[in-house]
Amino acid sequence: MDPHIRAALDRQLTGDARRWLVDAVVRVSQDLTAVRTVFPAVGRRCGRGPLAAGWTVADAARVRLLAALPLRGAELAEEITALHRYGEPAEQRAVLRSLALLEDADPSFAGLGLPLVREALRGNDTDLIAAALGPYAARHLDQDGYRQAVLKCVFCEIPLDRVAGLDERADRELARMLADFAHERVAAGRDIPADVWPIVRAHAGVLEASGLPAEADSPVPDRRAAAVRALTAYSATAPAGAS
Amino acid sequence: MRIFDPHIHMTSRTTDDYEAMYAAGVRAVVEPSFWLGQPRTSVDSFTDYFDALLGWEPYRAAQFGIQHRCTIALNPKEANDPRCAAVLDVLPRYLAKDRVVAVGEIGYDSMTPEEDEALARQLALAVEFELPVLVHTPHRDKAVGTRRTLDVVRESGIPPERVLVDHLNELTVGLVADSGCWMGFSVYPDTKMSEDRMVRILQEHGTGRKLVNSAADWGRSDPLKTRKTADAMLAGGFDDDAVDEVMWRNPVAFYGQSGRLDLEEVKPDDTALFAGNSIRRGGE
Repeated sequence: MDPHIRAALDRQLTGDARRWLVDAVVRVSQDLTAVRTVFPAVGRRCGRGPLAAGWTVADAARVRLLAALPLRGAELAEEITALHRYGEPAEQRAVLRSLALLEDADPSFAGLGLPLVREALRGNDTDLIAAALGPYAARHLDQDGYRQAVLKCVFCEIPLDRVAGLDERADRELARMLADFAHERVAAGRDIPADVWPIVRAHAGVLEASGLPAEADSPVPDRRAAAVRALTAYSATAPAGAS
Repeated sequence: MRIFDPHIHMTSRTTDDYEAMYAAGVRAVVEPSFWLGQPRTSVDSFTDYFDALLGWEPYRAAQFGIQHRCTIALNPKEANDPRCAAVLDVLPRYLAKDRVVAVGEIGYDSMTPEEDEALARQLALAVEFELPVLVHTPHRDKAVGTRRTLDVVRESGIPPERVLVDHLNELTVGLVADSGCWMGFSVYPDTKMSEDRMVRILQEHGTGRKLVNSAADWGRSDPLKTRKTADAMLAGGFDDDAVDEVMWRNPVAFYGQSGRLDLEEVKPDDTALFAGNSIRRGGE
């Protein structure tokens, strides 16, 4: 866990909550089934308020519990998959947020959490989609899966700064997909989220190839106006990686 | 007037019902898990149902300004099916959830050995999870079934004040009053209990430890029976405070023993989402 989040959790837990969590970590590390009833109870025991970087107190406390599981590899994957299956959205979010940490501590966990990431990406819960797209997804999703995930975020209006690994993984094909998306929006007379432009701008010729610039000459006033707004925003954007 | 319906199966009801209930004063409900009118054949159907009681249904209720909590259990009728009995093994995961305020409905249907086993195990779970229990009394042979239920409850060691014995009538109320358990009454359009009979029971036995519910479900039933009983109480000489005790403070006190009731007013809001989905229909 990010040391910043760990410190924020320690700062924010009340005396009772801290004692409960310390005891819960011991129980979870000693009794293989304890986590199944301790994990759902975290919100009411530790609090659900915001912590830092979009995490809640309960998220961080739950991730601490998962890190204490005395399991590795496939057994660890099986336990957290069941917690996710029986979990409410807040529990599922914490499982997704734990994946990178679990792999850091146990390389044999490797890609075994990927089905949970894919399930979140198939759903419509923007909170879970954002939680799924942390460093673990950036390491393990294949190129197609990663591009589709970014495009889904744009459709669901999830800010792209919540997506890990964009600097390394955004490629020309993703830029092409985003430019085509922008063109489609302009053709509908609609606006485009500003965070797609740095990626499009980083790949010369992609915008031109999308057909968007020609919309500035459209006979339909809405399309023309949307194109002018889009081209202005594009020109004002620094390409990704240039800053 | 504020009303807490302590037993209603909203999964089987429409959004019109939610609207009418809110207009009648209903602000909180507890939905016990029960059977669906048609037998389930696998554990997975139960867990999907439990997930809906914890997810989609509270979301739906909140859109209409009503707070929704549930009770989780393997009901006695389906406890007799060996394909479903393994539900008992997954119950602990669900009994740990925030919105679960009791174990229930448990109890007897036909008083079989399988029902004995399910009842005893779930009473033990209630003790372990420090939760109240909602106990259903059988429709057939009710007096004998109620007596036997109370014996099993006593043997389990759960404190009687954490037990609500439901679907009572003139002939079973006395037994339960003497046991120290809470007393529930399901007011139905034709059967079980009517508003006027309910008022007479309250006049005779007092309002303490009494809860009134509609038990409305997919069968012929009326989600406004709580309000109609409250009106009958006022017409029968009870004051506003007595109505508030039966219709609000008693259910809050009973389920509050879970330590998880945590009621907060919700305003009707049809723009919120659950898991990215809404109760709106296309074009809105």
